[in-house]
Amino acid sequence: MDYTTIFPLMRAELTLTALLVLVFLYDLIAGRRGHHWFSAVTCGLLVVQVLVNLLPGAEGELFGGMFRTTAMSGVVKSILTIGALIVCLQADQWLQREDTHHKQGEFYILTLSTLLGMYFMIDAGHFLMFFIGLELASVPMACLVAFDKYKHHSAEAGAKYILCALFSSGLMLFGVSFLYGTTGTLYFDDMPARLSGSPLEILSMVFFFSGLGFKISLVPFHLWTADAYQGAPTTVTSYLSVVSKAAAAFALFTTLVKVFSPMVEQWQTLLWVVTVLSITVANLFALRQQDLKRFMAFSSISQAGYIMLAVIGGSALGMTSLVFYVLVYMAANLAVFGVLSTVEQHTGGRVSLEDYNGFYRTNPKLAVMMMLALFSLAGIPPFAGFFSKFFVFTAAFQSGFYLLVFIALLNTVISLYYYLLIVKAMFITPSDTPIATFRTDSYTRLSLALCMAGVLLLGLVSAVYDGINAFSFGL
Amino acid sequence: MIKMEYYLIVSTILMFVGIYGFVTRRNLLAMLISVELILNSVDINFVVFNRFLFPEQLEGFFFTLFAIGVSAAETAVAIAIIINIYRNIRNIEVKNLREMKW
Repeated sequence: MDYTTIFPLMRAELTLTALLVLVFLYDLIAGRRGHHWFSAVTCGLLVVQVLVNLLPGAEGELFGGMFRTTAMSGVVKSILTIGALIVCLQADQWLQREDTHHKQGEFYILTLSTLLGMYFMIDAGHFLMFFIGLELASVPMACLVAFDKYKHHSAEAGAKYILCALFSSGLMLFGVSFLYGTTGTLYFDDMPARLSGSPLEILSMVFFFSGLGFKISLVPFHLWTADAYQGAPTTVTSYLSVVSKAAAAFALFTTLVKVFSPMVEQWQTLLWVVTVLSITVANLFALRQQDLKRFMAFSSISQAGYIMLAVIGGSALGMTSLVFYVLVYMAANLAVFGVLSTVEQHTGGRVSLEDYNGFYRTNPKLAVMMMLALFSLAGIPPFAGFFSKFFVFTAAFQSGFYLLVFIALLNTVISLYYYLLIVKAMFITPSDTPIATFRTDSYTRLSLALCMAGVLLLGLVSAVYDGINAFSFGL
Repeated sequence: MIKMEYYLIVSTILMFVGIYGFVTRRNLLAMLISVELILNSVDINFVVFNRFLFPEQLEGFFFTLFAIGVSAAETAVAIAIIINIYRNIRNIEVKNLREMKW
C-alpha cells in the first residue's frame, strides 16, 4: 500500500484527527490560565481546518473503495466545519458558567468527534464505513445532549435521543443485512449493478431510509426531535439542528442516487410522501408552540422537508441546490440560536415566546438580527432564504414533481405566519417585564456577524451558487 | 446440516420481539435490552448470509464484529445517561419522564 496517496485524499480527516488530539492535549496541559483561552484556541484551530478544507483537493478512492472523496464532499465538509466553528464561538458564553467551566474540554472534544464522524459518513464508499461514521456522529452527540448533568431536562433529552438513535440504527442495519444477503456486496460501487428491485430489496431500502430519516428528523421518525431540542443545552441544539442534519441529508442524497439507482421509482414515491408529511405536520405543530427551542425544532423538521425537495429529483441541479440550501439554512438558523442562547444565558433561562415581548425596545440590535434571520428562514425575497428555496423548488419542478412543489409553496405561507409571530412579539406586543438590556460578549458578536453576512450576502452574491454548481456535475 | 431459513426465522423473530419490547416496555433498561435484541438479530443475519451464501468472502463477519463493538459503545453511553437520570429523579420509569410533551 502506497502511503503517499493517503494524505492528499484523506487530508480533511487527518487534519481534523490531529486537531482533536491537540485539543485533548491542551485540555490536559493547560492550567487555569490556559483554560481561559480554551475557546480562542479551539476556534483558531477550526479556522485552520476550514482553510485546509477549502484548498482544492484530490478526488479518488482509498482502501479498495471503502473511502472515496469527491470535490463536492470537500465543499460539504467545509460547510460543516464552518457550522461547527460558529457553534463553538457561541458556546463560549455558556461554557464560562460555573457548572460547565471545568468541562469545556469535553464539549470541544465531543463536538469535534461528531464532526469527524460526519466526515467519514460523507466520504464512505462502503456500508461498514458509512455505519461507523454515522455512529461516530451520533454517540458523542448523545453525550452532548445530556451535557448539563444536573439538569433533569438534559438527561431526559439525552435518554430519548440515545434510545431512538439505537433503535433507528438497528432498523438501518437490518435493512443493510438483507441488502448484503441479496447482492453479496457492501460496496457502494458494486451494489447498483446487482440490485434487481425485488420486494425484499425494496423493504431493505425502506429500513435503510428510516435510519437516515431519524438523523434528518423527517416526519414519521421525528418524535424525538422536539424533546431532544428542548432539553439539550441551546448551543448543542443549534449544532444538532444544523450540522448533523446537513451531513445526513448529503449522505442520503449520495446513497439514494448512487446505490439505490435501480429502485429510483420506489424511493421517489417514498420520499414524496415523507416530504409532504414533514413539511405539513411540522408546520401545523409549530403553530402551537410556546417554547422557542421547541418551536425551532418543528421549524427545522419542516426545513428538512424542503431539503428533501432537492433530493427527490436526484439531478446535479438537485445536488447544487441541496448544498446551497444547507449553507443558507445554517447561516439563518445559527443566527436565531445565537440570539436565543445569549438571551438564555443573560436572563437565567427565559426561552418562551412571551419572554420576547418588547424585545426590540430593550435590545434593538439583537431583535433586528433575529428578524432578518427569521425572514431568511421563511424565504422573503431580498434574503438568502428566498434564493435557496427558489433553487430547491426549481430542482423539484424540473424533475416533474408539480403537485409536490405546489404543496410546499402553500406550506411556505403557513410557515411565514408562525415566523412572523416571533417578529410580532419582539416588535409590537408590549410587555411589563421585558428582557433587560445587556451587552453580548465578543465571541457571540463575531458569530452573529458571520451569520448575518451569510443571511444578507449568500443570496445576492451569485458567485457562491456558481461555485457550488461547478463541483456538482459528477455528484 | 441446519438450513439457512431456520436461522433467518430466529433472527426475524428476535428483531420483532425487540421492536415489540421497545414499544411496550416502560422502563429505560428494559427498552435498552429490547434494542440490543434488534442489534443481535442483525448480527445473526450478517453471519448467516456470509456463511451460507458467500462463504468465499469475510465481509459479513467483519460487519458483525464492528456492529458488536459499536453497539457496546452505544450501550455504555446509554447506561451512563440512564444512571444520570436515576441520580436526578431516583427512578428510571418512562412515565416519570414527562417534563416535556408535545
